[in-house]
Amino acid sequence: MTPVVALPLCGVAALLGVAILAVAVSRHGSATRLVYGATLAISALVFVIVTGALADDRAGASAITLPLGLPWIGAHFRLDSLSLFFLVVVNLSGALASLYGLGYGRHETAPHRVLPFFPAFLAGMNLVVLADDAFTFLLSWEFMSLASWALVMAHHREQDNTRAGYIYLVMASFGTLALLLAFGLLAGPDGTYAFDAMRAAEPSRFIAAAVLVLMLLGAGSKAGLVPLHVWLPLAHPAAPSHVSALMSGVMTKVAIYGFIRVVFDLLGEPAWWSGVVVLFLGGLTAVLGILYALMEKDLKRLLAYSTIENIGVIFASLGLALAFKANAMPSAAALALTASLFHVLNHSFFKSLLFFGAGAVLTATGERNMEKLGGLIHRMPLTSFVFLVGCVSISALPPFNGFASEWLAFQAILQSPDLQQWGLKVMVPAVGGLLALSAALAAACFVKAFGITFLGRARSAVVESAHEVDRWSLAAMFVLAVLCLLAGILPGFIIDGLSPVTLSLIGDRMPVQAVQPWLSIVPIAESRSSYNGLLVFVFIAISASLAALVIHRFASHALRRGPAWGCGFAEAVPTAQYTAVSFAQPIRRVFGTFAFRARENVEMPPPGAIGPARLNVEIHDVIWETFYQPIAGAIDFTTERLNHLQFLTIRRYLTLVFLYLVTLLLVLALWP
Amino acid sequence: MALIFELAIQGVQMLLVLLLAPLLIGFVRKFKARLLRRQGPSLIQPYRDLIRLMRKEVVLADNASWLFRVTPYLIFAATWVAAALVPTFATGLQFSWTADLIVIVALLGSARFFQALAGLDVGTSFGGIGASREVMIASLAEPAMLLIVFSLALVAGATQLSTVAAFMGSPEVGLRVSLGMSLIALVMVAIAENARIPVDNPATHLELTMVHEAMILEYSGRHLAMIELATFLKLLLYVSLISCVFLPWGLANTGAGPRSLVLGAVTYLGKLAVCAILLAVFETAIAKMRVFRVPDFLGAALMLALLGTLLLFVSRSL
Repeated sequence: MTPVVALPLCGVAALLGVAILAVAVSRHGSATRLVYGATLAISALVFVIVTGALADDRAGASAITLPLGLPWIGAHFRLDSLSLFFLVVVNLSGALASLYGLGYGRHETAPHRVLPFFPAFLAGMNLVVLADDAFTFLLSWEFMSLASWALVMAHHREQDNTRAGYIYLVMASFGTLALLLAFGLLAGPDGTYAFDAMRAAEPSRFIAAAVLVLMLLGAGSKAGLVPLHVWLPLAHPAAPSHVSALMSGVMTKVAIYGFIRVVFDLLGEPAWWSGVVVLFLGGLTAVLGILYALMEKDLKRLLAYSTIENIGVIFASLGLALAFKANAMPSAAALALTASLFHVLNHSFFKSLLFFGAGAVLTATGERNMEKLGGLIHRMPLTSFVFLVGCVSISALPPFNGFASEWLAFQAILQSPDLQQWGLKVMVPAVGGLLALSAALAAACFVKAFGITFLGRARSAVVESAHEVDRWSLAAMFVLAVLCLLAGILPGFIIDGLSPVTLSLIGDRMPVQAVQPWLSIVPIAESRSSYNGLLVFVFIAISASLAALVIHRFASHALRRGPAWGCGFAEAVPTAQYTAVSFAQPIRRVFGTFAFRARENVEMPPPGAIGPARLNVEIHDVIWETFYQPIAGAIDFTTERLNHLQFLTIRRYLTLVFLYLVTLLLVLALWP
Repeated sequence: MALIFELAIQGVQMLLVLLLAPLLIGFVRKFKARLLRRQGPSLIQPYRDLIRLMRKEVVLADNASWLFRVTPYLIFAATWVAAALVPTFATGLQFSWTADLIVIVALLGSARFFQALAGLDVGTSFGGIGASREVMIASLAEPAMLLIVFSLALVAGATQLSTVAAFMGSPEVGLRVSLGMSLIALVMVAIAENARIPVDNPATHLELTMVHEAMILEYSGRHLAMIELATFLKLLLYVSLISCVFLPWGLANTGAGPRSLVLGAVTYLGKLAVCAILLAVFETAIAKMRVFRVPDFLGAALMLALLGTLLLFVSRSL
């Protein structure tokens, strides 16, 4: 037993302690400050410890068994490089969400519904990553799900929140059921629930295939893989914004951790077709997620849908890594896995930042509907600046961090012509196209998100009275914005930091990046491809300043303010501006007709009539309608039919019981 | 000494693209006018336009934000950096390892991102229509471009543009079907990205079909000058890209002497002229298409690029 694993566990215990304390003091005035201050301190401390441990890579693995849980097994906890990396993600975001909560939480109308569950949620996510046997893993997983469910239901009187909570609960139970079965298969008939034993066992091909499918169902439903994503855009936005940030930025990552842990670590050598399945689901999820986001006009739901897109990107890279691993191409597999883990980290940065920004807008205006916002850049200059940084990062534009990880993913795709199987040969370029498409659509989506919310003219009176948010929230957002930039211009350090993870899971690593001149990143060889975010950033900064300098030295300085030109068409009312729906109209016409069966009907009044013309847009959520509605319908139908069984007379009940008994006895008697 | 020489080449390249870009536009306009049997403006009219714009005062809409004023410089900087990384007359650019072809595409994406935001900033419906159509076009053109990059990278074994150009100049490349598909797709993407006919009409104003012009409608004076210059640079960038990948003859290699550098510069000018003439002829011969035909046009480019990539993947094992 080394102290390394004990320290995060102490952190978890402290978080649980804070949760219990919060129950007691949550109605007290200073409870918000107390709870978020405590979670901030604990998460920051754990973050520092685990980052240090990951950076100097002394860990190997350290394990501990506590006498908790099932009596004959105990609770196993283990800390290796993979869990260290995910602990970094969880605790960094947890610390920043706490910092944000210090300010944001003061506006909370029902703090007693949030404060106890927030530390519990953090503790749950930490525990999942630390767990080293199936029982502890599932227990922590359920604990995390339930804590986040309680947070989703914090504002249960608001419209639609109860529906969101209900669907979330159903999907979470379904996901856990799949995980339960997966671990059951892995544990085998002897019930070896410890991960060590599962790692040592060699599952047969069919069992491995079944476990992969079950993990895709279980972890995929938590992460938001299409078509299991339906709960996510409902539940994530319903929670308070810092919790939305944690759910979108971190909890989905914990699900990805579960997937990587089982599929890369416990399951042994993957089959090549597993790469095809994961790649296909990843590509599909990426494109559909961002298309859904483009159709959305609720800011927080847009962000939740964009989470689905990013999960798709991560899963596509994971699929590539599986394909390479199955084909014994370890260096390419390490590249793909690094790309996906780097994107995990990046997404936790910018998604948290964007949800914090959406929360700031919500605090300032009380609105999530973009159609009622606009012009906030004048009212909230700092928030709009950091939100812009988040939008640029998530749109994968250089020199910010989203681009660095997408670039690595593309480099991994370019390694794949050497793959042997035809299924992969056809699938990989197609998925490459899908990823490129989703990146371009993401840029479109975040032009819309930023442009409609923060630019233009105010669309309602609430915007006119909006004010900049408090310093705590701003501090959290600025830290994240700086992290987005740093991870974008110095990606080499992060890639090197990820090497122990790829070494332990794949047995190979990307070349050491820290020795590259000028801090470039070079996945394979410099003559093949290299990228230097720092220099790109410096070049852009220099040429922009140079241009500004020359212009201001030699060109005219005169500047006059006047009414907008607009080709001479003065538009007095702000509602004449482009809205979120009209901005997405061209894309809806191009992609929506088959993705959403979108239709536009124009109702023109007859000549002479004075009624307004109307444009009705009809959008179908095809996945909901084809997969979920039939299931719900079938359940409704069955319960409807069985309903009259509740209203029988006592004689009929007795008859039923009697018949049942006779049948049972007959079966027993006839059983060979 | 060698380093200084290389840096000088890089510097010359940066200045060269900046100085040549308006000339290229002037040449295209002149040639188009001659095809229409008009006299046409002089070759150096774009320079005059830029200088005139810089001397004029800026008329800024009342509710324009800081983003609106910063954007022209950002667009210009991103486009200039991208253009400076594409080999024009010599391949061994000092900073070519800073960014590969994917980064160059993404830099142009950054410029477009800010341009679309600036279109939305003032809150007029023209800005909105331009921005929303621009992102629709980009959502098809960008993946097509990336797939073209994939094809080139698979053929040349690198995404580094210098390496690609050097490889395409070497005799081992041969004729390939996927390269032909990539060339057609690249030309289509270049037409769309540069807002040329048939996708957009750079000469129109106050028409519902305009995309690029609608976004920059509120700009004036020095801001407009920066954006116009960035637009010129973008055309030059695409022409340089097409010529360095598909017409790689005469490119001076790394460490080449002054003689081959001069030769490279002369052939480069020749390539620019040829491409400009082809563009002018094409634009004169074809009509502008409806906005909602553009997705078909770009979808064809996307499919061609995907087909090219797929062929490469499949033919690798044959």
